[in-house]
Amino acid sequence: MDTILKVEDINVYYGSIHAIKGVSFEVNQGEIVTLIGANGAGKSTTLNTISGLLHSKTGNITFLGESLVKTPCHKVVSKGLALVPEGRRVFLQMTVQENLEMGAYINGKASADDLDHVFQRFPRLKERRKQVAGTLSGGEQQMLAMGRALMSHPKLLMLDEPSMGLAPILVEQIFDIIQELHKDGTTILLVEQNARAALHIAHRGYVLETGKIVTSGTGAELLDSPAIKKAYLGG
Amino acid sequence: MSFLTNLINGLSLGSVYAIIALGYTMVYGIAKMLNFAHGDVIMIGGYVCFCSVMYLGLGTLPSILIAVVACTLLGILVERLAYKPLRQAPSLAVLITAIGVSYFLQNAALLIWGSAGKVFPSLLDGIPPLKLFDGDLSISGKVIVNILVCLITMTALTLFTGKTRVGKAMRAVSEDKGAAQLMGINVDGTISLTFAIGSGLAAIAGVLLCSTYPMLMPTTGSMPGIKAFTAAVFGGIGSIPGALLGGLLLGVLEIFCNAYISQELSNAIVFGVLIIVLLVRPTGLLGKPIREKV
Repeated sequence: MDTILKVEDINVYYGSIHAIKGVSFEVNQGEIVTLIGANGAGKSTTLNTISGLLHSKTGNITFLGESLVKTPCHKVVSKGLALVPEGRRVFLQMTVQENLEMGAYINGKASADDLDHVFQRFPRLKERRKQVAGTLSGGEQQMLAMGRALMSHPKLLMLDEPSMGLAPILVEQIFDIIQELHKDGTTILLVEQNARAALHIAHRGYVLETGKIVTSGTGAELLDSPAIKKAYLGG
Repeated sequence: MSFLTNLINGLSLGSVYAIIALGYTMVYGIAKMLNFAHGDVIMIGGYVCFCSVMYLGLGTLPSILIAVVACTLLGILVERLAYKPLRQAPSLAVLITAIGVSYFLQNAALLIWGSAGKVFPSLLDGIPPLKLFDGDLSISGKVIVNILVCLITMTALTLFTGKTRVGKAMRAVSEDKGAAQLMGINVDGTISLTFAIGSGLAAIAGVLLCSTYPMLMPTTGSMPGIKAFTAAVFGGIGSIPGALLGGLLLGVLEIFCNAYISQELSNAIVFGVLIIVLLVRPTGLLGKPIREKV
């Protein structure tokens, strides 16, 4: 399998706080890989560093054979790497359609085909396309954030806590959608606190603890591991 | 009839305030900073236009164009040199820097053009006045130009931010810079563009202002700058229609105070009204309180 994302020995600081301590991992073409861990373990920091919002003091991040370390954040998405950020961060004062257009910003105008494609996957968004995103429910905003990221045709889609704050039925729906996206050929890097659900759909997983990777394995291995069960799956 | 005349003069002055207020409001919306040097860009615009008419002998439109280009470049330069290095700094540092830039521009003008006032050429006097009610009401060409220019800029900017890709990107940056970067939007470029538009408009406002009050001095931009800032806050800072509404109301209020109450008190009354409005509606007339969904 071809490695499309390779993270090597990154160290990220918030002022004097050492948040990520020598993290290395990789994502192969066609995989669903998950990073799990408790609050503050550094999961989001890792994704934000890959997408260029934060910077590592050391190491390297290679995407499709090209180093991202010197790439400014706004150039990363055009390389085929999209992040659905934590807390969705849709543009609340813009309409659903405008949010999707921003997702296609790098392609110039949003093509009608791409919009249709997103509306097919998320029919709720089509009903609300003229509505301002601030009026959407949490689940709808998550769908919008995912749809917006899909507008740039990412080769690797990174999702940061897509199930956060959603009702169980919606969580299930979001995980179904992630699997559908994967079936359609998108490689996925998923950060989740909902470790059980994430490991169920993931090929491989890494466990982060206070800025370090402590365990890794296939989804099934991690689900069966007694230590993981105890720490993250509630016994 | 004098009431109507006053109202129209108020709208005319308010139009100029509104154009200046746009610069404050756009920069605040995108960069979340108060650019207190904005008023002095107006003054520079006035001087550049003055020089190209008096020394280069150019016509009205080319002179205005040169002033717009000069101020646009000045705005980009100031942002690049003074504000960009402070992007991560606390807002107080940026505010103090802006005040510093303001004094720098005033003193640079003092050095170049001297402290004596220059009489601004009457560029807009060629436009015939509009006579209504059998000549009872005469609206001067300047007034018509002020109001028209204001309406055109407002419409153009509203269309730009509402319909164009770059304009929408600007709104995205004003809401969430991080998310905008994730979309591939160049935030630094967007901020530069905002300064460019605001400063270009300041040049136009400078020409309009100096045509109405034809005395040009290094401090010419200060008072209109502060009044326009007041107008922007009055209407709701960050909002383009707010700048229009705030500017027009402020202009009318000022002219009415001058005409019916007292010239000396007019500034006090104008700012007093601002304080009352902010006490009742802290976000200004059209400003939206920021709500966050978690």
